[in-house]
Amino acid sequence: MTVLSTIARSRTVAALTSPHGVDHYLSRVNPMWAAHDVRGRVVAVHRETETAGAPVATITVQPTATWRGHRAGQYVQVGLDLPGSARRMTRCFSISSAASGVGEEFTLTIRSHADGQVSKYLVDAEPGQLLHLSQAQGDFTLPVSPATPGIDPLLFITGGSGITPAMSMLRTLLRDGYDGRAGRPVTFLHYARSPEDQIFADELERIAADDNGVTVHLRHGDAVFNELELRRLVPAWRDTDTWACGPAGMIELVRAAYADNPRLRLELFKPPTTSSGAAEGDLTFAGADQRVANSGASILEQAEEAGLTPVFGCRMGICFSCTARKSEGTVRNVLTGTESSLPDEDIQICVSAPVGDCVVDL
Amino acid sequence: MTNQTPTPDQLEAFGREMDDLRQRVLADLGEADATYIRDVVKRQQQLEVLGRALFYLPPAWPLAVAALSLSKIIENMEIGHNVMHGQYDWMGDPHLNSRIYDWDNVCPGEQWKYSHNYIHHTFTNILGKDRDIGYGILRMDEDQKWHPYYLGNPVYALLLMVFFEWGVAMHDLEVENIVKGTRKMEENKALHAGIMRKVRRQALKDYVLFPALTGPFFPLTFAGNAAANLIRNVWAFNIIFCGHFPAGAETFSQEECADGPDGEETRGHWYYRQVLGSANISGGPLFHVLSGNLSHQIEHHLFPDLPARRYPMIAAEVQEICERYGIAYTTGPLRKQLASVAKKICRLALPDRRTTPEPAPAVHEPVAA
Repeated sequence: MTVLSTIARSRTVAALTSPHGVDHYLSRVNPMWAAHDVRGRVVAVHRETETAGAPVATITVQPTATWRGHRAGQYVQVGLDLPGSARRMTRCFSISSAASGVGEEFTLTIRSHADGQVSKYLVDAEPGQLLHLSQAQGDFTLPVSPATPGIDPLLFITGGSGITPAMSMLRTLLRDGYDGRAGRPVTFLHYARSPEDQIFADELERIAADDNGVTVHLRHGDAVFNELELRRLVPAWRDTDTWACGPAGMIELVRAAYADNPRLRLELFKPPTTSSGAAEGDLTFAGADQRVANSGASILEQAEEAGLTPVFGCRMGICFSCTARKSEGTVRNVLTGTESSLPDEDIQICVSAPVGDCVVDL
Repeated sequence: MTNQTPTPDQLEAFGREMDDLRQRVLADLGEADATYIRDVVKRQQQLEVLGRALFYLPPAWPLAVAALSLSKIIENMEIGHNVMHGQYDWMGDPHLNSRIYDWDNVCPGEQWKYSHNYIHHTFTNILGKDRDIGYGILRMDEDQKWHPYYLGNPVYALLLMVFFEWGVAMHDLEVENIVKGTRKMEENKALHAGIMRKVRRQALKDYVLFPALTGPFFPLTFAGNAAANLIRNVWAFNIIFCGHFPAGAETFSQEECADGPDGEETRGHWYYRQVLGSANISGGPLFHVLSGNLSHQIEHHLFPDLPARRYPMIAAEVQEICERYGIAYTTGPLRKQLASVAKKICRLALPDRRTTPEPAPAVHEPVAA
């Protein structure tokens, strides 16, 4: 197998199979054969919650041998050919299972959204469904493991389906023999809409009951994250490595509490809305030869409003499908707030908003 | 065939009708288009495998060459050219994405996309801007000043036809501008590496690996692959030249293309120029596929990013709109267009007959673009 895959990945085979590439021919024989591409098959679907309008399911994916594995907290791009649609949809989903190795199964825990075609389909997917995957991506990961003992406590703050990457971290710690005797307490603080809407309820109950040094706090209903409660639950929270993941509203509250504290690591599920305060200047689409007054929205949104159809993927700044060349002007990253004025810079137009005059090659 | 230049109002209305047509096709894109291009890719791969395999049977050599030539023609015309135009980017399939696909041709896709998708399709047939007019080595228009160098026009055209893929690969180096001194050698440094990488890969495939795989038949396979590349070159050259240079296809000056209020070109004039700058070739369905539907060069130039299979479907409507505005829509069968192009190449080799030739230019200008 290794000899075969080495041959399949060689430059000789690449030349022989150009311009289509070896993977194109391999997939004609068997969709699960690949030399470079990563694909996966759904092997099981398990409902987590039955929340009306937004049920949650965990799907188990068997990837091709090209899957390099993932670190706890990472996400993967999932491309789906919906029946009856010629447009392949690509979306990003956090991996909920413990860190995986090369070619190993992993799970995605997905909340179906009313207008999310991919999530809606995946929650009801049939085993056997083929998925087009990327390698695992993202830096919102857990650098520590029982193999690297330390005395630092860990804190996870999550909201809604933002629980998935934190769950992957928690499962990795527990699977790899973490038992709390390292003197490193773990606090898991999660906000859900209701007890019925609680993802992984049974497993979290089990984890809370076990003698493992993990404390689980579940908040349901109208409870929102607040510093007072955090101070009560984790008195030393300012000196605790923290992973926070959830909807924009919760993230804003966490960010405000932590300010510039470098111990905070964030993962957003949707970009915050751009402040429309300083929308000045003109946005020029050089390729389409069009100019619009800058509305302050992301360049992708402004392009679409102008009738253009730029390529896009996740629309939240992680998949780089929408990358375009900005030839002039300054843009602000709406996720980080950082501004950049470099000429001829490749930017992600879904999370970049113009600051004054700006020219983009769209 | 004479054109009455439309008024600005007419141009604006004409542009709107073209925009409408484009929107209607865009809204209708879907499974039929995706199925079509995937079928074409499948057929092309079958032909390629058949061709490569038949080289193991020396008596079937002509068949092998025929299958491989067809495969290469379909790949370059209907798949490569059109996919790299971004016609199928909307499908979200990386294999058919313009940013990823690189065709079976010595010209690197990255460079071709710049000179073709941007320069040629934006500045179609504007003298001094569209470098596809004569590819910098031919005189294809009366407004290109005559020079004794152009006495060789038919010979250069013949050479360009035989080595067409190499001509396309060298296109971006703007050799004629280096000879003239308006472009520096250093500007080409970045391009050299890309071209050499692609040339090595193509040569390795067609002239080393596949011949070697057939063992004792190495020379036969080598010759067969060269023949298939040659046949593809001749075909592509003829389709391209018949789409741009027969009688009826016009060129424009840069001044003519500045009809907007700020000296820029209006959308309506841009469409107008695309129609006048191109010519269609009539023929059957198979002919259209083998030309990558570039037999509908007019529709392609109007809507370069719409899937090419749509061009024959909208051709009648485009022609009807053009007729209403009195805009000439040039079309004819292949042999007529070929004869027209050949005549033009030969006629322009000689100085203009209509006006008395000007005295020899003081500036030595061997290859005007």
